[in-house]
Amino acid sequence: MPRPSRGPKPPRSPLAPPASFVWTRRIVLTLLGIFTFLPLWVMVSGSLKPLKDVQAAWSWIPANLTLRPYVDIWSTVPLGHYFVNSLVVSSCSTAISVVIAILAAYAVSRHRFPGRQLFSVTVLSTQMFPGILFLLPLFLIYVNIGTATGVQLDGSWLGLIVTYLTFTLPFSIWMLVGYFDSIPRELDEAAKVDGNGPIGALVRVIVPAALPGIVTVAVYSFMTAWGEVLFASVMTDDSTRTLAVGLRNYASQNDVYWNQIMAASLVVSVPVVVAFLLLQRYLVAGLTAGSVK
Amino acid sequence: MRRAGLPYLLLLPAVLFELLVHVVPMLTGIYMSFKHLTEFFIRNWSAAPAAGIDNYRFALDFNGAIGRQLLQSFWTTCAFTVLTVGLSWLLGTGAAVLMQDPFRGRGLLRTYFLVPYALPAYTAAITWEFMFQRDTGLVNTLLVHDLHLFPTAPFWLIGGNSFWALLITAVWRTWPFAFLVVTAGLQNIPGDLYEAAALDGAGTWQRIRSITLPQLRSVNQVLVLVLFLWNFNDFNTPYTLFGNVPPPQANLISVQIYDTSFQNWNFGSGSAMSVLLLLFLLVVTAVYLLLTNRRGKADA
Repeated sequence: MPRPSRGPKPPRSPLAPPASFVWTRRIVLTLLGIFTFLPLWVMVSGSLKPLKDVQAAWSWIPANLTLRPYVDIWSTVPLGHYFVNSLVVSSCSTAISVVIAILAAYAVSRHRFPGRQLFSVTVLSTQMFPGILFLLPLFLIYVNIGTATGVQLDGSWLGLIVTYLTFTLPFSIWMLVGYFDSIPRELDEAAKVDGNGPIGALVRVIVPAALPGIVTVAVYSFMTAWGEVLFASVMTDDSTRTLAVGLRNYASQNDVYWNQIMAASLVVSVPVVVAFLLLQRYLVAGLTAGSVK
Repeated sequence: MRRAGLPYLLLLPAVLFELLVHVVPMLTGIYMSFKHLTEFFIRNWSAAPAAGIDNYRFALDFNGAIGRQLLQSFWTTCAFTVLTVGLSWLLGTGAAVLMQDPFRGRGLLRTYFLVPYALPAYTAAITWEFMFQRDTGLVNTLLVHDLHLFPTAPFWLIGGNSFWALLITAVWRTWPFAFLVVTAGLQNIPGDLYEAAALDGAGTWQRIRSITLPQLRSVNQVLVLVLFLWNFNDFNTPYTLFGNVPPPQANLISVQIYDTSFQNWNFGSGSAMSVLLLLFLLVVTAVYLLLTNRRGKADA
């Protein structure tokens, strides 16, 4: 996004916007800013209060500040354990999903073959299925695969990884096709002249050129897996519990440790929020590329 | 010879996983919906007795307990979805359009508005759950103590108010996505359209009405559909906010089906309800695409 250099010259409209527009903008954006701010403030300030303060009526400014909740979260429930589970499941499903999406998007973008249209339509339409519809059968299929082959999928990392990697495939493929289409064919030809096969061209030319899109897709996949609740609540047991389900355990103690819940929420949110905000520029560019098609 | 097979080879992993996780389970789900599938048959579900259309009859028998609950949660979900999608679209489009022209701090504000969308759904919902606590939450402090809007502190997570609690939580998380998509869409509007309008002497509001909004039509067509499908199927927000037993006024259909299946161990009924839900979504999507495409063509 090119920023205008210093000075009063607006780049698009030669006319300054009318006062009615400027005031509407100020009021609407201020209200939205407050709406956005309230929960974020509750999270931050709540996590810094002692337990007796979060059990009393809400106070906007903490009277007593403490970092205890950040220490205690790790022992009240096995948060570290949940963290590792979430990290393993989300990383693996993201890595596999991105590779699969790159291959599929390359096929759709660079090859004309019978069934191409059918593939695109089918993959996109699976987005419409309610999760609850295939949760039950998938659970039973995993149980039965376990009984038949000994490969345990229900309650294991593997089952969740396989499930999550498909959640973002349609979006990832769709978005990468948009990206790949915007890469000039001449680059493929040049790679071919250099003695590369189709896979060589993909790895040496297309993937580097589409890196922003690939990173965006990876972050999106990671966020989806990191935040998923429905399948995690059914397909994990005590040893594979992910954060999404594990955080509920703070609420089922004798006391509801709201200060620790806020601290834990903040700790598990920071990695994905930071990654997302750093990459949002690419996400906007990627959505633009995807919708051009 | 090898060349012709290559695209299929590249697609193979994607197809295999889609088959395993989406297509086969969906077909299995349809099959299961015609079975009396209870906890006794989980490890050997092909032995479950056939049910014919019993599961569907129970689900659609609105005089029975199951059907009545399902119908109520269906209407609740409809109201919830319409309001969430409408509000999120309005806020997202409004903010994106108001922020189209550069001003000081725009980049920072854009990033800030995206934070709720970047947060994992469950942490956002947990935080709202804390805010909606009757005696210790921010919402009642604000409404009762600071603004004196209520004489006594209302309950937010049980009873009729729970619907509004759910709606506010969902809108807080959803509108930034609409904002993100519309912001991206705005960058595709050719700049010379605005230049031509400026030459014609069109003001800011006029340009928004006659150029920006019509140009966003194709983006909006996809955006509204996606928002509709996501919110109609939403499970994360209500489940995190209310747990296993949501108040009836905020009982979304996903949670209702989940309870039927996993709390009451009645997989047959749960599957029948899921199939009905899918059929409903298919019909709505088809009608929506038909209507919006036709209107788009008529206008062109």
